Amino acid sequence: MYDVIVIGGGPAGLSAAVQLRQRGRTVLVVSNPAPSNPLWRSERVDNYLGLPGLTGEQLLERFQKHAEDRGVVFQTGKALSAMELDGWMLTVGAEVVQARALVLAAGVARGAKYPGEQELLGRGVSYCATCDGMLYRNKSVVVVGRSADAPQEANYLAQIGCQVTYVSPQAPQGLREGIPWVKAHRLAVRGERSVEALEADGAALPCEGVFILRESVAPTDLIPGLETEEGFVKVNRRMETSVAGVFAAGDCTGRPLQIAKAVGEGLMAADSADAYLK
Amino acid sequence: MAVKHFNEAEFRAAAAQGGVMLVDFWADWCGPCRMLAPVMDKLAGLYEGRVTVGKVNVDEEPMLAQRYGVMSIPNVVILKDGKEVDRLVGVQPVRNFTEALDRVLR
Repeated sequence: MYDVIVIGGGPAGLSAAVQLRQRGRTVLVVSNPAPSNPLWRSERVDNYLGLPGLTGEQLLERFQKHAEDRGVVFQTGKALSAMELDGWMLTVGAEVVQARALVLAAGVARGAKYPGEQELLGRGVSYCATCDGMLYRNKSVVVVGRSADAPQEANYLAQIGCQVTYVSPQAPQGLREGIPWVKAHRLAVRGERSVEALEADGAALPCEGVFILRESVAPTDLIPGLETEEGFVKVNRRMETSVAGVFAAGDCTGRPLQIAKAVGEGLMAADSADAYLK
Repeated sequence: MAVKHFNEAEFRAAAAQGGVMLVDFWADWCGPCRMLAPVMDKLAGLYEGRVTVGKVNVDEEPMLAQRYGVMSIPNVVILKDGKEVDRLVGVQPVRNFTEALDRVLR
């Protein structure tokens, strides 16, 4: 059991993690691999005070090293679900981690839900190949690849015996040979009581399961009852969300989507989490 | 009262007895399912004598899982007199389960 789990390994999350260590708290940062961070691809950042002219990758590496040196523990993976029960439990892939408080700092969730996705969630729609894959052995499934690790998850499904079709707007990197790729932008999940097909740019791909793999699970799907405002997590000046023991910082709380703002909010969220734990 | 681990025959027998039953379809390779385990323990305690709380391992009982259309786990089915009356898919807070059970028991 950690004092705090920080979800997200960008500027906001790492700033919160460092500050929590400064306050003597144990911290686990759960995040995707650094290259998935949008900042990683930034060629030059000139508006972060005192460190002009670095690439996003260089900045992130410095932030990470700072956190590592302070004793922050890291776990690579996607936070899939969270539940409150004597603190918070969080599933990261197939593992369960626990903490007394949470800091949400997973950036902005990109992409709205597809038609039919919410209605058929749990009835053929899944967000986790390693969780539900086994239930689709010897069945046809479609993987909607919207994250860097989606091809690996598709390979896993093929390996355990699912008949996989991969759908994405761009050519996937690292998809196993023999898995057909369908290039499509406009998607919709179709089915009455359970999934019957994925409609990709108007063409129906018959299947029993649709695995929709995005970079991160939307905060509102992760934490039931979390309030949002214009698509962002609603927080007050102390970075408290509408759920006790859950704090948020960085891009997920709103504009401007800038490093300095994220780092500042990370510190405030950390201090509030620390106060909450006292 | 502890959570019961059902195989197919035990499941049938329990359902045939009537009353309210809450069944958690799970597997040990499923992280979210493990997270729900303490919730099931808690519910078994809270509703002792009123609800039979049980678990079905989908790897050991694939036919049972198929019959109940389990396509995503954790998958919690509430039965009354052997008939499905409600279903909660995915990890959810304890309150969602107590509300669902209270509706059925009313």
